[in-house]
Amino acid sequence: MSALKPKHQRLVLVVLALVALIGAGLLAAYALRNQASYFYLPEQMLANPPEIGQAVRLGGMVEQDSIETAADGVTLTFAVTGNDGSRVPVRFSGIAPDLFVEGSGVVAEGRLGPGGVFLADNLLAKHDENYVPRELQDMDQHQAAQMAEETTVGLE
Amino acid sequence: MIAELGLAALWLAAALAALQMAVGFMAVRNERASELAGLIRPAAIVQGVLVALSFAMLVWLFAVTDLSVKLVASNSHSMKPLVFKLSGTWGNHEGSMLLWVTVMGLAGALIALVERRLPERTMNATLAAQGVVSLGFYAFLLLSSNPFERLPTPAAEGMGLNPLLQDIGLAFHPPTLYLGYVGLSVAFSFAVGALLTRQVTPDFARAMRPWVLGAWVMLTVGITAGSYWAYYELGWGGWWFWDPVENASLMPWLAATALLHSASVLASRDALRTWTIMLGVVAFSMSMVGTFLVRSGILTSVHAFAVDPERGTFILVLLGIFIGGALLLFALRANTISEGERFALASREGALVFNNVMLSAILAIVLLGTLYPLLTEAFDVRVSVGPPYFNPVGAIFVIPMLAVMAVGPLLRWRQDRVDRIGREIALFAALVLAALVLFGLLADIALLPLLGLAFGLGLAVASLLPLRRRKLGRTPLATWGMVIAHFGIAVALIGMASESAFTKERLAAVAEGDSATVGPWTIVLQGVEPVAGPNWTAIQGRLAASYDGDEPDILTPQSRNFWAPPQQTTESALVTRWNGQLYAVIGDRAPDGRWQVRLWWKPFVPLIWYGGLLVALGGVLALLGRLLSDLRHRRLAVRIAERRADREAIA
Repeated sequence: MSALKPKHQRLVLVVLALVALIGAGLLAAYALRNQASYFYLPEQMLANPPEIGQAVRLGGMVEQDSIETAADGVTLTFAVTGNDGSRVPVRFSGIAPDLFVEGSGVVAEGRLGPGGVFLADNLLAKHDENYVPRELQDMDQHQAAQMAEETTVGLE
Repeated sequence: MIAELGLAALWLAAALAALQMAVGFMAVRNERASELAGLIRPAAIVQGVLVALSFAMLVWLFAVTDLSVKLVASNSHSMKPLVFKLSGTWGNHEGSMLLWVTVMGLAGALIALVERRLPERTMNATLAAQGVVSLGFYAFLLLSSNPFERLPTPAAEGMGLNPLLQDIGLAFHPPTLYLGYVGLSVAFSFAVGALLTRQVTPDFARAMRPWVLGAWVMLTVGITAGSYWAYYELGWGGWWFWDPVENASLMPWLAATALLHSASVLASRDALRTWTIMLGVVAFSMSMVGTFLVRSGILTSVHAFAVDPERGTFILVLLGIFIGGALLLFALRANTISEGERFALASREGALVFNNVMLSAILAIVLLGTLYPLLTEAFDVRVSVGPPYFNPVGAIFVIPMLAVMAVGPLLRWRQDRVDRIGREIALFAALVLAALVLFGLLADIALLPLLGLAFGLGLAVASLLPLRRRKLGRTPLATWGMVIAHFGIAVALIGMASESAFTKERLAAVAEGDSATVGPWTIVLQGVEPVAGPNWTAIQGRLAASYDGDEPDILTPQSRNFWAPPQQTTESALVTRWNGQLYAVIGDRAPDGRWQVRLWWKPFVPLIWYGGLLVALGGVLALLGRLLSDLRHRRLAVRIAERRADREAIA
């Protein structure tokens, strides 16, 4: 094969680059539209549950007095509550993150199992004072507003 | 007093950057202003000295824990070990930005001192462009993030440094990445300078190449160290999370890798002129995008620290000015850059172009995946983009890239025939196929790790082929660099694939004296005891781990409590053998008194980081080789000039 003419060479390069970049863009757009890991609040999960076994995320507050450790010592069960009192039971086997406590925000990664129990593979809690899972950013405010409402006398 | 001096030095340095910029642009536009041009190099050198002094003063304030300085009070603590007091200087927003401009100032000074290859006008334009970029960051520091701000009344005690950052690996991780980012800003200045004077020549590429190589080595080391840090410090047992902050360092690395290769083509073959300029602009843009994502708080991340939306806006404006300006200049000038040398598609250049395009496509995929959650959030849909997106979509472009990477270096420059290297291609294909069949039949492995193992093994052998039939002692360092870097990629790939294909995990609650098994390991919990460090207390488990009945190793994973600021961290414990790593974490105590223990057996996982270090080593060798040959050329040029002078004197 002989060296291409300069004009043709540039054209071939530009076309190759464009095809690859547009291809990457289209592929990315297609894959992102089908991105499996969607985020659910408890009320959304109850109203419109994802398919059983589909990888999703569930986020909310850990219900007070709901954390229980099973007999094997490594399985936790607890309930995640939403903003309107709806609750989803969760089962998780593993070491819970340091800041996983009752009454605090959590995102559980996993899938909905049969019987409406959410089976979590991974728990994301507040990591430290600087990091909150992005889905939980407003969660503390809800909590704060709710607490203010419940504890302030004479507030209409 | 020290704080005020530091601030004054910073203002002076900013003024010199402004001078550098103004005089530089005047000298480029107008030949008559070239008398003033003599000011540019000294301005760049003094600017570098001043900003370095300013940074040294901040380090001093941290070393003595001067609590009347707001930055020290909010990020340090008198009880902290000295090394973390020092690293605390850049473990926060203001300090890290000051480090950024310091490295940039020193880089400018170095260019002004040593760079003699470029025509004087291009040199002036380059230093002027550097002045613009520096000035933006000086403005950012002085107007919105003054590191030397005093408190009205000195604090009684400091707030402390985020315990996750109190780790020797992380203390030096951000500066490494910054050196990489800043090296790319120098490449950007070279690209803009060359565009302004339309002097896109092999000399320009040779002048730019050491900066790109240096930046690329630093990014490689930074990413490798960051990955290992996340692996052992976060206690999750994973080494890459596709977290926005990780992507922020990966994207400039991808662009720098492409730039490195195209700059080499320009330097040695005088081809790919506009493409190299474009990549110079894109690589630094990716550093800026990364900085913006990390600093703005627009994406929260486990790694992000010191975030502030207002500062994010400032960086966004800088990003718009620098990138927008450079792209506009590129659009105006690109078609006036004359053609370079021609080459056939089947040639070394052709292979490099192909891989450049693949790298750009991967970059696009990572960028889109990182920005997508921002986009959907505008429509109130919250999405997390993770491995299910990045791994398969990225692999579509990584795999052809690996294939071309394996055989491309065997092609000749300019023009070649693919069938000339038919035997080598057949060898590579046979290795990959054999590995696919072997692992596919023997083990139950998912598709991606299987492909990773097969291509990794094929590439490991193929990457050594360029050394065949060469006298090893006389092979240029740059060739060694390429071979070692490509081999390192193969090693890292094998480590990644092996980790994801063969990892065994065990989660158990064990009482003292009880045992648990994972893979070939048996682990006995000997005891759990409280321990204390300089600024933390911890629960420490003592685990006796024996491999296949061997003499046991003792592991001591901890769950640490820091008190300033109050926070709990997990300290994993590791045993490294030649064939992999055992990774142990201790968790909570179950109500019945048993302890949660999480164990992973990860065969060949250290290859990931050894591979990364090999890649960096390859870069260092290539850099050394280039610098040495430059030096030799310079000496030769001097000798020729001397001889000519002698001859003229005789005549």
